[in-house]
Order: sequence, then C-alpha cells, then structure tokens
Amino acid sequence: MQLPPALHARLAGAPGSAEPLPVERDPAAGTTPFSFAPRLVRFPREHDFFEDGDVQRHLYLQDVLTQVGGAPERPRVPEFTCQVAGCCQVFDALEDYEHHYHALHRNVCSFCKRAFPSGHLLDTHILEWHDSLFQILAERQDMYQCLVEGCTEKFRTSRDRKEHLVMRHLYPADFRFDKPRRSRGPAVPGAAEQVLAEALGDDRVPSEGDAMEVCSEHVEPSPEPAGERRAYSHRIPSTICFGQGASRGFKSAKKRNKHQ
Amino acid sequence: MPRPLTPPLPPCAVAAQSVPCSRRRGPVACSVVQVYSRSTMWSRQRGGLKPLRCGVEQLRCRRREREAALRKARREQQLVSKRLLRDEALEEAEEGCVAMIFGEAEIQQFLRLAQRGTEEKEREGALVSLRRGLQRPETQQTFIRLEGSIRTLVGLLTSNQALLQLEAARCLHELSHSEQSAVVEACLPATSYLLTYLSGHSSDFIELCLYTLGNLIVESEAVRRQLLPQGIVPALAACIQSPHLTVLEALGYALSQLLQAKEAPEKIIPSVLGSTLPQHMLQLLQPGPKLNLGVAVEFAWCLHYIICSQVNNALLITQGALSTLGLLLLDLAGAVQRTEDAGLELFLLQKQPSLLPEGLWLLNNLTANSPSFCTSLLSLDLIEPLLHLLSVSNVVSVLVLTVLCNVAEKGPAYCQRLWPGPLLSSLLDTLAFSDTEVVGQSLELLQLLFLYQPGAAQAFLQQSGLQALQRHEEVAQLQDRVHALQQTALHG
Repeated sequence: MQLPPALHARLAGAPGSAEPLPVERDPAAGTTPFSFAPRLVRFPREHDFFEDGDVQRHLYLQDVLTQVGGAPERPRVPEFTCQVAGCCQVFDALEDYEHHYHALHRNVCSFCKRAFPSGHLLDTHILEWHDSLFQILAERQDMYQCLVEGCTEKFRTSRDRKEHLVMRHLYPADFRFDKPRRSRGPAVPGAAEQVLAEALGDDRVPSEGDAMEVCSEHVEPSPEPAGERRAYSHRIPSTICFGQGASRGFKSAKKRNKHQ
Repeated sequence: MPRPLTPPLPPCAVAAQSVPCSRRRGPVACSVVQVYSRSTMWSRQRGGLKPLRCGVEQLRCRRREREAALRKARREQQLVSKRLLRDEALEEAEEGCVAMIFGEAEIQQFLRLAQRGTEEKEREGALVSLRRGLQRPETQQTFIRLEGSIRTLVGLLTSNQALLQLEAARCLHELSHSEQSAVVEACLPATSYLLTYLSGHSSDFIELCLYTLGNLIVESEAVRRQLLPQGIVPALAACIQSPHLTVLEALGYALSQLLQAKEAPEKIIPSVLGSTLPQHMLQLLQPGPKLNLGVAVEFAWCLHYIICSQVNNALLITQGALSTLGLLLLDLAGAVQRTEDAGLELFLLQKQPSLLPEGLWLLNNLTANSPSFCTSLLSLDLIEPLLHLLSVSNVVSVLVLTVLCNVAEKGPAYCQRLWPGPLLSSLLDTLAFSDTEVVGQSLELLQLLFLYQPGAAQAFLQQSGLQALQRHEEVAQLQDRVHALQQTALHG
C-alpha cells in the first residue's frame, strides 16, 4: 500500500515545508444554528469505538494455538548424555536437554552443588550460606534481602524475611527457595534423614535430592537450632552425579578467599 | 571456567539440528490459521497451510457466531479470552481418541506414580496421562477437589527433575485455561513459583509459565490481587530482556491481560509505567528487519490499553512513543513507490477499511488545534484521498468531514487551498445521504466555506446546491442550518 511520497518523507523525518498558513477566524463561524468547533476526541477504553478492534483481538487470541514442547515431532536423535562433567542424565530429544540443562546445571552453587532456577536466587544463596563476611555483617545490620525482584527491603534475620515474604508479598510459608541457612556445611546424603522425613508424613517427592531444597510443611518456626532441622530429603538420585562441573561461586574475585 | 549459556551439544545432536521439525499452529473449531515457525535454540522449518476441515460457508457462519458472541460479551464487560498451548501434533496422532475423564482413584494413582515412581519414564508418563485427562472439565473438577492434589503438582513443578517440572507446568497450564473460576483459582499456590521461573533461562519453560500466568491473570481480580504483591511487574520487566521471540510473544500476551483488567488504570498501569517495560515495548515495536509481528501485535495491544486509560501518556511521548508508532505505521504501509507520473496514491487507509476509524480519529486529533498539521494536510495533497473515503460508511464519512472542518475553520488561507477542486462535488454527494449526522457535518463545512471562500456560495448555487439542501428542510436536527445556508447562498 502506497503513501504519497511527500507524506512518507515528511513522516520519516524529512525537513518540514514552509510555515503554517495564517489563521484568521471570523466570529460568525460556528455560531447558531451552527456549532462546529474543533476538539480533541478521547475515547475511554470501554467506548463502543473500540468494539470492532476488541472483537478482532479476541478472535485472534482464540484462533491461535501454538505447540508446547514434547511433541513426537521433536528431532529424533540417538540417545545422548548430558555433556556436563559428571551428569549421567540421558536424553533422546533436544528440548528435554535444554530444559534439564538450564534447570540443573546453569545456576549451580560451586560450594554445595545446589541448583537454583535463576542467577538471582543463586547469588542470594551464596551470599547467605557461604560468605562468612555476610554472617559477620548480619550481626550488625539488616542483610537479608527480600527475594522479590524490585523489593529493596532488607532484614535482620532470615525468619524476618520469610515473614515479610508471606505478609507483604503473599508468598507461601513453605516457599521452596527460601531456606534458613543450616549451621552445618554442605548437605550430606543421609538415609536416616530420608526415613525421618517420610515418618513425618511428608508427601514430598522423595527423590528430590538437594537441588531444590524442600522445607517440610510440618516444621514451624521453632526455637530449635538450625542444625536440628532434619526434615529435608537428602537422598541424591542416581541420575545426578556431582563432579567437577564448572558451577558458579562468588561473582566477585575479591571475595574468593573468604569462602569457608 | 564460566558456564556456557547454551548447553554444549553432543555431536549426534549437532547433526540432528539440520533435521527440520515443523511446529504448526492448528485450527480451533474449523478456523483457518496460518502456520508459524517458532525460533528456539534449534531452528525449525516453516510448514504450509493446514487444509480446512469444513466448508467455507460453515466457516463464515461459525465466525459470525463467534463475533456476535464476542460483541455481546464486550457489552456485558465479560470479554475474557485465553490462550492455550497445546500439542497439535499429539492431538492429531490421537485423533478419534477423546481425552479420558478420570475419576479420583485414577488421578490419585497418576499423582502417586509421578511422585514416587522408580522409573523416570514411568513418572513422566503418569503426568502426561494426567495432563491429557485435564483437558476435560470433569477431570479438572475432580482434580481440584482432591485433597493435596495441587500441592503435589506444585511439588512436582519445583522438583529437581526437569522433565517432571515441564509436565507439571503443562498440567497447570491446562487448568489455567478452564472457564471455571474455581479451577483457575485452584492454581494460585503455584504463582510464586511461576514468577520465580521467569528469571530462569529455559525458553520453552518460561513461555509455558507466561501463558499460564496470562490465563490466570485474566480470570479474576482475586488472582491479580495476589500476583501484584508477588511482584509480577518486576518479574515481567526482567523477563522482557529475553532474546527469545517465543518468550517475548508470551510475555506480551500476559502483560496485555494484566493491562486489560478493570482495575488497571488505578492499580496496575502506574507501576507498569514506572518500570522499564514501556521502553522495552517501544523497542520491540521499532520497524525494521528485526520486527516480529507476533511479538509486535501483543505489545501494540499493551500500549493501546495503557494509552486509552489516560494515566500518563506524556511519559510515553517522552519515551518516543509517537515517533515509534508513526514509523511503524509507515513501515506497515509498505514501501513508497516512485513512479514518473506519481499522481496521488491512495492513502493506506483505503486498503485497510478496518483501520479507517482509528486513522481518521488520529487525524482529527492531529488537526484539531494545529495549524501546521492542517497546512501539512494541504501541502501533502491529502485532501483528495480523504474525499475518496467519503463513500465508505457513515462513521467514516462523519470523521472525514470533521477533519475537513478542522482545516476549514482556520480561516480564508486554508479554505483557499481547499478550493476549487473536488470538494464541492463531494459535498453535494454527501448531501444526498440520508444519515443525519453525515449531512449535519456537511452543513457545518459548507457554512465555513461560504464564510471564508468568496465564490463558494455562487458555485454551490450553480451546481444545484439548493435542490440538494431541500430534501433536508423538514428534518428536525437539520432545518435551522439548512435555512441558514439557503439564505447565505441566495443573499450573500
């Protein structure tokens, strides 16, 4: 569809033409019985003027169907193993591998090998769990940052932060990516803990391992020391092999020598 | 050693990359839809048009019904549409095989298998079966009423098994698409996780989360009252930096649903305007080789909802909204053809009738208080193309005449440029209309022309203008103006 060349040039930023013509109104213009006066027109969103457009929009939404991954039409490849050193997971489709990789190898803590869904959560974890400087500072000032992107609130303890997440941001009390730091070091696989977890009637996925920490719904904030919280599942599934994988530690080189 | 941002591929997978895999959009209820290729990490080939499943007449009839239903819904302020991602190829493969309705026992078994199964394939299979069942409203109802079912699903969504995560997300997606509020609202415990995953990197997964969120958002204010404090706006603002087109389109969809909400002007749009979202939206609407239509459509709607809410359009203007949108419109209008005898090319609007009201509305607002815009209209020879539009429809005619009045009312210098020319005969034609508003606007224009352009009244008389006026002498809303014009024409 063509536009007049001059118009196209003008709208695209070419220098304008001469001055506007002089305006000279007669007071008789638009007087009774006439009534015309130029005016800006604004239509509120619900106005009938937009009906046609809205209908078109909704027809478009209803007509569009896109495919979700998992179709049999995925490229068929012979089975291959995850290329990350030490991971033995096997795939026969590329999309599965993509998601696996990003979910489990992309944001991994180099200290305790836990995987996180985002760089942001990984950074927070490293800071709060593996940075002794953080612990020192936390004794004197509010260091626990709210997990919600865009919220700049900081808290004295991780419990205070959790309360903030629940009250202010309507997060679930058992939000899986907000764990109080345990006094022990990196997680140790323990069958005993696993049994305990199940004995508590936990209906979590038992083979969850350490990748996403699960806080038992039965554990209320209590005076018991952090080291005694045993309701986590520690069993690592055989498909995850911890090796030398290039996971991330501190972002800043300066803090390197401070890790425990 | 830094972690590569894209998974390193094994050699066999590299070879497989060259195998085309078509992903198609499929029809819903017999409507023809263009196929569409998605760009993900591995390229796919564009497919062809899918053949119609039913006759053309049936199609048209169906479409008319759907349109009528939508208009009615809009008038009742009940306009809700959701997007569903579903495996088209899978559905085809199962043609004839209707999704089962599962009872409590079956659902419980699937969930148990998914949670505690020993074989991975077994666990995944259980969730796949569940997901298929959840296509049926009956199964959805049973599912949400089953104690612990959502909690289990959320547990699987956040498990460390990537494929279980994906399948669990798909189950949630089916639920989000339901027309039953109770089913949709049962998904609320998952929202904090859906938002968390928006900061991840797996584009398929993020896309799924976004469409699910979009469906949840449009469902009810209760849902939005939870999502806003959970930080959906900052989450979207972070996510809009994704390079994946599929993610961007999904994000645009989710955001458009958010901005469409009744309470948006007070509760949502201010924080959206305060975020980096508008800048990114405008960037995604820049014309050029990188413009993706699917993405642009979503963000254009987002902008529409923001702008017509009149919250802070000045801010958008400072961010370059006007020039971006103007250039985009130009780009969509196509390249300008340079020909020797370039007469007046018809304006874009003539070929896009559905755009006419909007385009003319824009012209009205541009010309109403702006002598320079009116001058441009004249010097760029746009009057004649405008006159051509007078026969399209009553609504369009009124708008065209209003724009012309905006020009004429600025005085003799302007009217002089409107004269002589096709304007008079066009006006005489419009006087033959029966629509009162069209005729009324023509009369207003005539008054201005008679006032500012010597010879106009004379020419009007000579071309049988009086007769044209006569037929409206008895019409209540027009009488006084008709008589006034008759007087002016006859006596000056």
